[in-house]
Amino acid sequence: MTMPSRLPEPYAQGGSANLADILERVLDKGIVIAGDIRINLLDIELLTIKLRLIVASVDKAKEMGIDWWEDDPALSSGARRKELARENAELRERLAQLEPAREQEEAP
Amino acid sequence: MTALRYVYAVCRPFRSALQAQLTGVAGAPPKQLTHHGLIAVVSTVPEADFAEEPLRAHLEDLDWLTATARAHQQVIDALTVVTTPLPLRLATVFRDDSGVRTMIEAREEAFRRVLDRLEGQVEWGVKVYAEPEAAEAADSAGAGRVGGDAVSGRDAVSGRDYLRQRRMQTRAREDIWQKAAAFAGRLHEKLSAFAEDSRLHAPQNAALSGASGQNVLNAAYLVPRADSEEFVELVDREKDDAPGIRVELTGPWAAYSFTGEFAEEPEVEP
Repeated sequence: MTMPSRLPEPYAQGGSANLADILERVLDKGIVIAGDIRINLLDIELLTIKLRLIVASVDKAKEMGIDWWEDDPALSSGARRKELARENAELRERLAQLEPAREQEEAP
Repeated sequence: MTALRYVYAVCRPFRSALQAQLTGVAGAPPKQLTHHGLIAVVSTVPEADFAEEPLRAHLEDLDWLTATARAHQQVIDALTVVTTPLPLRLATVFRDDSGVRTMIEAREEAFRRVLDRLEGQVEWGVKVYAEPEAAEAADSAGAGRVGGDAVSGRDAVSGRDYLRQRRMQTRAREDIWQKAAAFAGRLHEKLSAFAEDSRLHAPQNAALSGASGQNVLNAAYLVPRADSEEFVELVDREKDDAPGIRVELTGPWAAYSFTGEFAEEPEVEP
């Protein structure tokens, strides 16, 4: 089989692949076999933090039905909702300032 | 100094040689350990770094983790060029060769089953990003050219203008999101129809990946090596040039995302 010749040039892989792509695979995918040296990678605090970081917090995506990854309550932090709430508050404030002026204009 | 065995992958015997310069996680070249017709690709690592205590400490060190993950991946990459490896998770370490042989014997059937299924296949990663900022930049540049008096958020004089602008901005963002999501759905449908198998992974966080935009699709596709060129062309053709949507292709990777059934294996104690 002459497989290597059929393979296109690697895309953004090897040295230039982004760290998230590599960590995602070597830490989270692939075969888990308990060796003689037993370490549960999930017990490692830094790894747990990093794996959490790999996963984006995309409330918006969930709202729109793009929720094809596993549910994780820790990830639905509501950043997007906060942003919307902030915008709403800002707009209400703006309206409150405008309305008295408008009433004066409309008064006969 | 006692040396331990770090195992990268299990595969079938292969004829081509690995790159001569290839080094593993602790600088030693990877070697093939043949047992029951299967090969474990191993390298020796010092006990001072890979025994339980030092390894645990090292894994908390991001620089060490990065270097080790890259070295691990480099060996898997080299194997992917010459054979179909089953990649093991980072830091799978045994005391000696006999420990590795015992491991192969205990899982021989499962290894063969997965190797049969993955034979000659590679994994391609496809990510779609929504970039509302890029689209807005393109829009406002256009508006600036058309009318010199185009109002920006800062210059808005009336409340009505301000509200209208905010509404338009929000709508534009929603629009990009909708478009990117719909595009990602269509792309995934086409690519998974072409691929032997596919997996949807959680989107990546920009804080770690350093990529711009919001990751809306992070998928892996299992594709026969021989069809890889065609798959790459398919991705290229489907790419949407609309501002605000970006497609990123990575690979070929070893079939990391398609070894799942191994998780069901009962734990075999030596």
